[in-house]
Amino acid sequence: MSRAIRMVGVVSLTICALGISGRVGLAQVTPQRLVDSSKEPANWLMYSGDYSGRRFSALDQINTANARTLVPKWVYQTATTGKFETTPLVVDGVLYGTGVDDRAYALDARTGRPIWQYQRALPGDVRPCCGRVNRGVAILGDKVFLGTLDAHVIALDAKTGNLRWDVVAVDYRKGYTFTLAPLAIKNLVIVGVSGGEYGISGFIDAYDANTGARKWRFNTIPGPGEPGHDSWEGESWKTGGAPAWITGVYEPTTNTTYWTTGNPSPSNRGAARGGDNLYSNCLLALDPDSGKLKWHFQFTKHDEHDWDATQVPVMIEDGGKHLIVQANRNGFYYVIDRSTGKLISATPYAKITWSSTKDAEGRPAADQDSSPTLEGRAVCPGAAGATNWMSPTYDPQTKLFYVTAREQCDIFSTAPQPYEEGHAYYGSAYFPNDETEPFWGALRAIEPRSGNLKWEYKHRSPTWSGVLSTAGGLVFTGDAEGNFIALDAASGKVLWHFQTGASIYSSPMSFAIEGKQYVGVASGSALFTFGLP
Amino acid sequence: MSVLIPCNKSSYIAFATAALLLIGLFPVPAQAQSKNPYAGDAKVAKVGEFQFRSNCAFCHGLGARGGGRGPDLTRAQKRHGNSDAEMFRNIHDGIAGTAMPAAVGSIGVAMTEEEIWQVITYIRSVQVKAPAQAAGNSAHGKELFYGSATCGTCHMVQGKGGRLGPDLTGTGAARSLDYLIDSVRHPSKRLAIGITEATKEFSQEYESVTVVTSDGQKFMGVVLNEDDFTVQMMDTREQIHMFEKEKLKSFEKSRESLMPPYDQKMLSDKDLQDIVAYLLAVGSSREAAQ
Repeated sequence: MSRAIRMVGVVSLTICALGISGRVGLAQVTPQRLVDSSKEPANWLMYSGDYSGRRFSALDQINTANARTLVPKWVYQTATTGKFETTPLVVDGVLYGTGVDDRAYALDARTGRPIWQYQRALPGDVRPCCGRVNRGVAILGDKVFLGTLDAHVIALDAKTGNLRWDVVAVDYRKGYTFTLAPLAIKNLVIVGVSGGEYGISGFIDAYDANTGARKWRFNTIPGPGEPGHDSWEGESWKTGGAPAWITGVYEPTTNTTYWTTGNPSPSNRGAARGGDNLYSNCLLALDPDSGKLKWHFQFTKHDEHDWDATQVPVMIEDGGKHLIVQANRNGFYYVIDRSTGKLISATPYAKITWSSTKDAEGRPAADQDSSPTLEGRAVCPGAAGATNWMSPTYDPQTKLFYVTAREQCDIFSTAPQPYEEGHAYYGSAYFPNDETEPFWGALRAIEPRSGNLKWEYKHRSPTWSGVLSTAGGLVFTGDAEGNFIALDAASGKVLWHFQTGASIYSSPMSFAIEGKQYVGVASGSALFTFGLP
Repeated sequence: MSVLIPCNKSSYIAFATAALLLIGLFPVPAQAQSKNPYAGDAKVAKVGEFQFRSNCAFCHGLGARGGGRGPDLTRAQKRHGNSDAEMFRNIHDGIAGTAMPAAVGSIGVAMTEEEIWQVITYIRSVQVKAPAQAAGNSAHGKELFYGSATCGTCHMVQGKGGRLGPDLTGTGAARSLDYLIDSVRHPSKRLAIGITEATKEFSQEYESVTVVTSDGQKFMGVVLNEDDFTVQMMDTREQIHMFEKEKLKSFEKSRESLMPPYDQKMLSDKDLQDIVAYLLAVGSSREAAQ
């Protein structure tokens, strides 16, 4: 019996001994439990599974030997339309998920039966870009936390779904929204804002988990007098975007939380915002107690292609080196020393046509002829990027990094556009390059230090599904055609697949209850779970 | 049933309050206005162009001249309605049965009513004045379509014809003349490219496919749908087949269209013009819009 499954057994025994078998124990989720989350693999305590961003489950009951027998265990219908992007959490037998238009719910994780359901009454004029989506909650103490489309941060009672506190972060009418799953650290709930399509001014906020009081705000565009302010031409910093719409990670030993940021606005027009446009498209190392910046690394300077760096960064240890790696939307895989923020290497993992040189620090530099033009210029990757917000995974057993790659080139057009508060501010457009080969995608297994490709599994079209790796020697992913797929993590061989009936726009997770492992994924408008017969 | 009209003041207030409440409960449809408040305003058209580039050009192309997916909107005759109110409805609510999404932000950003009117103002500003008319003879084009040019073997128009290629009933209203002519001369140049967005799971791309089953049967045709593990296809005899790929002896797919390229020898410029005239005539007819 593996260590992970033994652990599941111990948890079940404990529940029986307490005489609450058949019901679930709602133990408080302490900050220490979050730090030690890898010690309780039966639970999925935060968006990426643990603070490292690895999206790896130490459960191995479902493995390469039996994956072909996987069956659906239960399905929860949210009865909505639109993209369903949530990664649910599971804590002591209760599953907490979210849905379109800021739904939230707690389910019996064995059966999918609701314990409570919440839906926010949103104002009628909320106009989020790219879908009325939400990617999940954070949990801490006896509350779950949700960032909302009308730019509030709210706390719900984990047992009842009742509202415990509700704070306004910013005025949604100016184009701000929250779509990400918050990150809980110590007694703080940390969120980053969406709205790079509207010429917002981005930020990352920390709130007191008990009261909702804001403890700090890190402005992702430096104000006058602050370092980096001179990376913006004229007044362009005021509407410069730089949102932070994907959940960060945290390193307790150094007390550092790492967050990524998105595109400068307007996304397709670099004219009139000359300079590097800090801290757009950056990896930020922040002190979670104060919100102070320790270091930053900018992936795409002065971006003109909407290549947000909002991909979950992953912490990896390699030969005594403390690394943080990211397969970026711009098509390069970056290895960074997280003690210093210095770049170690940048290697293409998908087709790129925008950079043929590197700058003095080894960072891929944009070629002059990659800038958008009025009539449009073909560039790879396209605006949706070589990958996007869907999570990658790192498997400490195979020591491989797995990422969903999208092979799609676009034509980028640019034209001047005046800023108007709360209105779309793209500086023109992009559209598919129909002259090239049909778009496709792949799940790629990458050697994390070298960036070399170990294997790939081709998708017939670009997909928006994230990836989960497990101690069972498996990786799970989905595709645009609706398949949820289990592959051998070592070889990329498909071991099992299930047609969910809709494109998958989410990142899978795994949990266990009463000694049985489940794998969960959101698809269409339903949350699916799978297990052994 | 008779309607009681309240006549004293207090009951009038109660009635008015109830009416207001009812209005609150049942919101008026979004297209409260049927006329574009900005019609002909060049400044608004410019603002609308920004909106168009952000929200519409992805499918409808720069300048609204049509893209790989969306119709040419500079045509005076629009398949799903020409009036301001119809265009507003099409943008606001999307068009059922097509890839056109509602302007709620599933593709691009969500649009306000004001922005939708701005886009309509822009489209009007680039719209050609006269309905598109080909120089050809549409009656002769119809004869060719179902006769010597054999288009009707694979293409259906208004319920008559084959199923292997796209139904062309509405194509004349949706595509530019250049696009139509180019598609006949070079059918493999641009097979339809499907989009996978939440609003539309797939669109048929008419890829050619040849499969050999485990018992040696060979089928040639077009792909109706496909994923990594299965394929649904129509063979050249219009039979539908559904296969699990791993059980096939062979599976070959190509983006070379099954349609032969119609060069000058097969179809003169004049005859092609006549066929295009026929498609345009059908496209602008009332039946095509149904």
